[in-house]
Amino acid sequence: MTAPARERPLSPHLQVWRWHLTMLTSILHRVTGMALYGGAVIVTAWALALGAGPDAYQGFMDLMASPLGRLVLVGLTLSVFYHLANGIRHLFWDAGLGLSVTVSFRSGVMSMAFSVVATVIVWAIGLGSGAP
Amino acid sequence: MTDFRTPLSRARGSGAAGHGAAHWVAERVSSIALIPLTLWMVYAALVIAGTGYEGAVAFVAHPVNAVMIVLVLAVSGWHMHAGARVIIEDYMHRMLGRSALLILNLFVAVLLTALAVFSVLKVALGGAL
Repeated sequence: MTAPARERPLSPHLQVWRWHLTMLTSILHRVTGMALYGGAVIVTAWALALGAGPDAYQGFMDLMASPLGRLVLVGLTLSVFYHLANGIRHLFWDAGLGLSVTVSFRSGVMSMAFSVVATVIVWAIGLGSGAP
Repeated sequence: MTDFRTPLSRARGSGAAGHGAAHWVAERVSSIALIPLTLWMVYAALVIAGTGYEGAVAFVAHPVNAVMIVLVLAVSGWHMHAGARVIIEDYMHRMLGRSALLILNLFVAVLLTALAVFSVLKVALGGAL
């Protein structure tokens, strides 16, 4: 094999593609996936605090109820629902379905809309049920 | 860029991970399992958010809930390791940094899962009461 004349961009070619919706949904899938990695740290902290007793648990819950804690939790709720909806979209693609430009564009819009609507509903239920 | 792979190894379908489709399939299977598990987790989070310490302990101590939480932790731990692995394999091309991050990803995912599962089981089996 001969060496190429210049260094070519490697996969996933972020620097040579024009921005379009299906690219955005793909990048968001990875970004929300990594955000959920951070969410796993928070879930683990919750489990450790619960195991450590009432004082540690109250400290954890106070942190989550703080403005920054709330912001992180809203972001994680969005991430959960987006990654869930877009993940289902990926499963259909893996089965060879919905790959046309029209359908993949439409399903991408639906994934994003679903994540926003589901987040609003979950927080309305959570805050409405008297959560601290 | 030097390519040491033979046309045969390319034809065998070895991807960026250096071997076949098993990881790809495992990631999909775990995502199918995570559809109901994630929805249950949102329900559990809403229940737990509405109660204090005693309520959370009572929720976790219920056998069905304890098993569901452990399933959520185990499957999502597996899935997030698989997903982060693909991202590392896509963007990290130098052998040393790539290997270090892949090992770190594995250790962090397993450690988080082990800590969380242990704590949940401790509470579920009465250790927090």
